Amino acid sequence: MNALQKLLGWVDDRFPLTATWKAHLSEYYAPKNFNFWYFFGSLALLVLVLQIVTGIFLVMHYKPDGSLNSAGVPVAFASVEYIMRDVDWGWLIRYLHSTGASAFFIVVYLHMFRGLIYGSFRKPRELIWIFGVIIYLALMAEAFMGYLLPWGQMSYWGAQVIINLFSAVPFIGEDLSLWIRGDFVVGDATLNRFFSFHVIAVPLVLLALVAAHLVALHEVGSNNPDGIEIKKKKNPETGIPLDGIPFHPYYTVKDILGVVVFLIVFSAIVFFAPELGGYFLEANNFIPADPLKTPAHIAPVWYFTPYYAILRAVPPMFGSQFPGVLLMGVAVLIFFALPWLDKAPVKSIRYRGAIYKWFLAAFVVSFIGLGWLGILPATPLYTWIARVLSLVYFAFFLLMPWYTKIDKTKPEPERVTG
Amino acid sequence: MKTIKHLLTLLAFVPLLAAASGGEQMHLDKAPVNINDQASLQRGAKMFINYCLNCHSASYMRYSRLQDLGLTEQQIKDNLLFATDKIGDTMNVAFNYRDSKAWFGAAPPDLSVIARSRGADWLYTYLRSFYRDDSRPTGWNNIVFDKVGMPHVMVSLQGEQIAHFKKETDHEGKEHEVFERFELVKAGKVSQAEYDMNVGDLVNYLAWMAEPAQNKRMQTGLLVLAFLAVFFVVAYYLKKEFWKDVH
Repeated sequence: MNALQKLLGWVDDRFPLTATWKAHLSEYYAPKNFNFWYFFGSLALLVLVLQIVTGIFLVMHYKPDGSLNSAGVPVAFASVEYIMRDVDWGWLIRYLHSTGASAFFIVVYLHMFRGLIYGSFRKPRELIWIFGVIIYLALMAEAFMGYLLPWGQMSYWGAQVIINLFSAVPFIGEDLSLWIRGDFVVGDATLNRFFSFHVIAVPLVLLALVAAHLVALHEVGSNNPDGIEIKKKKNPETGIPLDGIPFHPYYTVKDILGVVVFLIVFSAIVFFAPELGGYFLEANNFIPADPLKTPAHIAPVWYFTPYYAILRAVPPMFGSQFPGVLLMGVAVLIFFALPWLDKAPVKSIRYRGAIYKWFLAAFVVSFIGLGWLGILPATPLYTWIARVLSLVYFAFFLLMPWYTKIDKTKPEPERVTG
Repeated sequence: MKTIKHLLTLLAFVPLLAAASGGEQMHLDKAPVNINDQASLQRGAKMFINYCLNCHSASYMRYSRLQDLGLTEQQIKDNLLFATDKIGDTMNVAFNYRDSKAWFGAAPPDLSVIARSRGADWLYTYLRSFYRDDSRPTGWNNIVFDKVGMPHVMVSLQGEQIAHFKKETDHEGKEHEVFERFELVKAGKVSQAEYDMNVGDLVNYLAWMAEPAQNKRMQTGLLVLAFLAVFFVVAYYLKKEFWKDVH
């Protein structure tokens, strides 16, 4: 026994190092038929690490201070430009972080879509799904608060609009929005608390949730494009699922390939189009925050626009915007109910009938369409389109118990197919 | 899956619809931006320091960074350093932003990142669209920025122009005054073509100053992509090797 093995033995007597490695990597058996859609979980993990590492370096130079410097520019805004110009490789760290925020939502949306098409949210994976939806909520909070920090016009007025939504809540609304802001308008107090939440509170919650998401996944095992349980067919001698392969090395090497392809696309944006035509970094956000000048058109960043469009689609009722705010909240929270809304006898889209496929397609169209409309200024025509698409969005969820029951499904295979 | 693909293809046309129904916007001239043209950037820097930096600051931009444009420290000190004697200083203006706010109604904005918020084409058009308007306190107005507080700073170069408008009725039957053309009523030091080139240099400089790292960014990007391309080949064969016994 060499020294390294001795050391490992010493650690294993005190901490389950080898056991953890085996349970989660070298002897975690994943279905062998993962396809393209199964890259986005590991990519989300990669982007999370990227955001944390770049964030650590940004915090070294960024100053969460809304007061004006000697040139009349808010210190927070000026500190971002300081990073872009005077900090070595600061521009790279900042662009990685700003592009990373959008990339996070892209991979998470694709990861969630994978869940929808292959029924990954179904029994016995309800808790994985629930942890995932909470991660999604935490991510929205993280992105929203992070977006205030550059302290540009869009940061400022976007936050002003979103925080004002809370004042539509009956009875406690005004106090609630005041409590969130810490001031009567978005100001230095808001900036400081958002900074604190963005760099400490929410990331801690995110990390804990990601750990819970993975532990729950490894407890029940991964779903696959056929939506069947590989644990039902095990090798009687070894107890290993016949269609399972160890995550390491098979999926580690496969995910490395996915990471490289992702990084190629990601780097193309970071190095050649970091603003991505105003979708990742908005032109108006290069104007320092000015509480006295409201921009003509305020739109949230693209990843929030589907919900923003739903909010705007609902007309005020009884002189209150609350119905719109409520519907926007429900549009996000309804994802929690998904495992119990789906009554189909099969999980994967491969064995579902035409009705589910049509509803899913309509849902995708409504989500992307609402996202597009949320970027544009609201005109009467667009508002009506948004109303129709909002109905489609909710119909996908609310009619699911009905249409998944009447849909004609195909028989599932015994073993996974290619 | 097929239906989803069809519908996604349809969705690709949504932007066209939006563009077709989008509101009318002021026509902007294309700015001749080329951040690899060092001679143009140097001329633009000189224009910027002579004409803009008296009222507008560029408070995130250090004079020393002009070395990226091929200037030596001595050249910068001799030709471009007026407001300070330290080359490491940022481009600030002598007076306080609170005073200028009182004088002009609005403080002249800091121009460090103006090309990122306004866009180079807007700046290029704006700086060539001042016209005489006696109803304004400064005597100047601008086609792309109506009732602008800024006077025409480069009038000695361009000369004075007046704007001609024509009446147009829109589809709702309302009459609008629409800009038709400029007329030069007093010649400046340079011809109109030369003035356009001067402004082109200035806007080119503003576009560079908005992100001085952009050259390095793109050079680094090529290296990173080249590395990733090689890494892709390695990763591809690694995956193939490991997976050859999975059926």
